[in-house]
Amino acid sequence: MGLTFKDETFREDFTFFNSPAAIRRFPFPFPEDSYMYSVNMEPHVPGRPGSVFEKTFDVDEHYVAEMRERARVLAEDPLRCQSLPHMTLAGWDLLELIMEAKAREYPDWFSLQRDGNRWHWINRPLEIEQTFTFLDETTLPCGPMEYITRQTQGDFSLQDQRNDNLWMDAGMVTTQADWSLDFDLGMNFFEWHAPVPLAHEKQIFTRALKFLMNVQHGAPARRFNWTMTIDPLLDTSPENYPKWGPSRATLTPENVGRRMHLRVELQTFFRLPRSNALAFPIRCYLIRFEELATQPKWARRLHRVIRDLPDELAAYKGFLRNKPIMVDYLAQFDDGTPTSPGWWAD
Amino acid sequence: MSGGAAKIPVRVAEVTEVNALIRRIRFVRRDGGPMPAFSGGAHTVVEMDDHGTRRLNPYSLMGDPADTTGYSISVRRDDAGRGGSLYLHRHVVPGMDMVISHPVNLFALDLRAKKHLMIAGGIGITPFLAQIAQLAALGGRFELHYATRNPALCAYGDELTARYGGRVHLYHDDAGQMITLPALLAGQPLGTHLYVCGPKGMIRWVRSTADSAGWPRAAVHHEEFLAPPPGKAFDVTLAASGKTLTVGTHQSLLEAIEAAGVDAPYLCRGGACGQCETDVLGCDGTIRHNDHWLTEAQKASGQKIMPCVSRFEGRSLVLDR
Repeated sequence: MGLTFKDETFREDFTFFNSPAAIRRFPFPFPEDSYMYSVNMEPHVPGRPGSVFEKTFDVDEHYVAEMRERARVLAEDPLRCQSLPHMTLAGWDLLELIMEAKAREYPDWFSLQRDGNRWHWINRPLEIEQTFTFLDETTLPCGPMEYITRQTQGDFSLQDQRNDNLWMDAGMVTTQADWSLDFDLGMNFFEWHAPVPLAHEKQIFTRALKFLMNVQHGAPARRFNWTMTIDPLLDTSPENYPKWGPSRATLTPENVGRRMHLRVELQTFFRLPRSNALAFPIRCYLIRFEELATQPKWARRLHRVIRDLPDELAAYKGFLRNKPIMVDYLAQFDDGTPTSPGWWAD
Repeated sequence: MSGGAAKIPVRVAEVTEVNALIRRIRFVRRDGGPMPAFSGGAHTVVEMDDHGTRRLNPYSLMGDPADTTGYSISVRRDDAGRGGSLYLHRHVVPGMDMVISHPVNLFALDLRAKKHLMIAGGIGITPFLAQIAQLAALGGRFELHYATRNPALCAYGDELTARYGGRVHLYHDDAGQMITLPALLAGQPLGTHLYVCGPKGMIRWVRSTADSAGWPRAAVHHEEFLAPPPGKAFDVTLAASGKTLTVGTHQSLLEAIEAAGVDAPYLCRGGACGQCETDVLGCDGTIRHNDHWLTEAQKASGQKIMPCVSRFEGRSLVLDR
């Protein structure tokens, strides 16, 4: 594992950047030159070696810094992690899923030894060692969902399945694209998606819910979502909007390449065995426009996608006011030549 | 996402005659590894090669969900059925290799419940065995009312009574014992969830009694797998695949589609999960809707069919498959 965990920040001086290797493996979310909502699900099976799909839970060069950032967010606002009482079992399911996967797929960094319900967990990058009793909360420093998601990149929502619907009854949400767990907690699938424009009319959520309720154990699924973020800020939360929202008014043609980031969510879906709940990890990847422009295919395509995006979607994703600056910047990379199929870099 | 849940290659580890009608089969993984943990109420779909006929039947997992060394099912012999239970009774022996699906739960506990009130009839006891084991481990509050014809057919009654004592209530039809449901429902604490699994008539009785007593629909849970009913043979055209085929008297539409080599989605194969829902492109005749999935309005519209249990009578049926 020739990977060095970077010491970097996602606030104040914003020292985050992607190494050339991280740029090459970035999950660029556009398989074609235009974008409209779709359910775009596929089985979450191991993908191309080196890609973010290779492992069940991708661990990359930003791991240690992202976990440090999560701890800071939680210290300032503990309500970013909540679990209703009936979701504790789902938390144990998630802990088992992640520990098993990481120990199996990254044996140099993680180790899990099980002796009946006595478990011994080692997380070398974060220098954590813990012996605990599975299903006994008193043997961990915090609840099982919080424990494992403090050690795993990406946000997590645990959804209870009942009454022909999914209910957002637990989660760890510190790297979100402007939504709030504290606000959504206890809502059902249609309620928490209510603000999304255009998609309801297209029956997208009805179809998506049906699909998700049928995600089976042993057959996880995945999809992409995306938005734009100014500066490499992981915590673009409604709670902190007064701190980061005004940055939207500071974008200029001179700084757009450095400050504007494509924000991609790799969303995965796992049926949890003991609780029958659905785990929904939302992994955030950031790439600044300048970094993205090192891949000519992606820069050409992103120009066309943003240029042709309906204004309702640009407004919902929060960049309508900056769309002209972004399109002008990206236009310099678009010579009009065709792009190759699929989203992998050329 | 067709082809049901992911598969597990298993070996039959143990076959036990529980009583005159019920036999228990225990499966372990062929590779010796652990089974996935599961949630109480889950079922597995057992694949059978019945002398050339492919059968896939759902059976509730009845073991302790925390026990990952193997899965157990209990199968009631149905002499008048299509043959799945007879195959499991007559041909399955220890050491045999079989394939079962990952667990799927269409009858999950609502873990918010302050109390779980369970009504079982006959073989309908099986999902409750797993749910009770899970609730006992979690410290959940439950109460079981279990009706069978007589003590000899009261599978697992003694074990349940020995382990859980006063939380288990047994009723025997031959002794004239009846669950006094209205009084039982009237005495439950607020936040109780009601679960029923058993014969069709019992499910209807429990649901309607709870309904008229004002129980919220969301607090009443039931599970009923249907066996595909036989009927007259009929022809169907699969538009997307460009095939026309005949569905036999004892064959389901889904089985006929699969036998023709067309990949079709399914999960429970008992009219409950909704996964095999298929668009009807043309229908000159009557669809015999036998499922629990489509709404009455959808059934009346004639634009959807659940091929796992539903049939057709008439001149022509065209499906988008």
